[in-house]
Amino acid sequence: MAEIVAGAAMSHVPAIGVAIDQGNTGDAYWRPLFAGFERSRQWIREVDPDVVIVVYNDHATAFSLELIPTFALGCAAEYQPADEGWGRRPVPMVKGQPELAWHMAQSVILDEFDLTIVNKLEVDHGLTVPLSLMFGQPDAWPCPVIPLCVNVVQYPPPTGNRCLNLGRAIGRAVRSFDRDLRVVIFGTGGMSHQLQSKRAGLINSEFDNRFLDLIAHDPRAAAAIPHVEYLREAGSEGIELVMWLVMRGALDENVREVHRHYHVPASNTAVGHIILENETT
Amino acid sequence: MSQDGNQDYHDIPGTYVFDAEHSRKGYHLNMFCMSLRHADNRDAFKADEAAYLDRYPMTGEQRRAVLDRDWDGLLRLGGNIYYTSKLAATDGINFQELAARMTGVSSEEYRAMMLAGGRPIAGNRSKKEWADG
Repeated sequence: MAEIVAGAAMSHVPAIGVAIDQGNTGDAYWRPLFAGFERSRQWIREVDPDVVIVVYNDHATAFSLELIPTFALGCAAEYQPADEGWGRRPVPMVKGQPELAWHMAQSVILDEFDLTIVNKLEVDHGLTVPLSLMFGQPDAWPCPVIPLCVNVVQYPPPTGNRCLNLGRAIGRAVRSFDRDLRVVIFGTGGMSHQLQSKRAGLINSEFDNRFLDLIAHDPRAAAAIPHVEYLREAGSEGIELVMWLVMRGALDENVREVHRHYHVPASNTAVGHIILENETT
Repeated sequence: MSQDGNQDYHDIPGTYVFDAEHSRKGYHLNMFCMSLRHADNRDAFKADEAAYLDRYPMTGEQRRAVLDRDWDGLLRLGGNIYYTSKLAATDGINFQELAARMTGVSSEEYRAMMLAGGRPIAGNRSKKEWADG
């Protein structure tokens, strides 16, 4: 049977992708950020997952105001990295895992999570930057990817509690898939940041570090954080953190914290990263 | 109370929450920005901005804000940052430079603020803490 062996959360700032693509990761500005991912790249080489599920949000790329799915699951065989307005990132095509993705869709819909099924999806920095952070710059990504898009652009996003429960349903779905696959799930976005208007540049490291503690050890408390608290305390774009709860819900109640990294700034954003393994694996 | 229920976020200073009201107001403005995701549209827009904008039935005020690159005004008029950033990208402006322009400081000042730990949360939670709201 398939199993989810671990989860990881990380920010997905577009400037991180630019730094990687332009070879600037050794610069004084970027070095401390990337240093915190060296252990992570080693870790994921050792875990060597068969599939990665990436929970991320589309940033007005594949979805516009014409169509705003709250949760959308990629069931395609491949995903083209998108031109978001400044050209395509020079990263490999993302290969999908349609068999598992379709199984997940069927399982969670019958589990009463009414996902949108997506068969054509250009993926933006929300998905490709986490892949670059964890896998570096390979000629081909080392494993297939299943994208799960969460709307966090149009208010209101799903609640943290809904995200945690969707994660649990995804965990059940993966465990009921009749093939021996080792799956890792990424929850992406955050941490505190505000990109817009007069309060742009807001960072709240106290909130962020408390959230890192809660996501690891008290996810129910993290799931109870109301939207207004994210907006006020973590900035209008900090509400992306609800996506970490999908990742956390897919893991066991008790997890082993393998690694944690926090760095300010990447462009406008506080970068947070955590790796959690199921204790049973 | 509107149909959106609890709108306690209106007390947050210097912030436009992209809610139902903003989304309805900004639909055509944002869809214009969205079109700039494609290189051929970026070229057409740069060649004749006014003619290109005729394709989108936005308000006169929104149209002026686009032509004037009134970045904060675009948000007030219903723009969303992930959409207006595509207009910025068309001008070669990245998110950090855009943030500097919206907050009215130089790129150097803004970058220095971020390197020093960003805009602090203390004093920035509520409109009551901002003299001009």
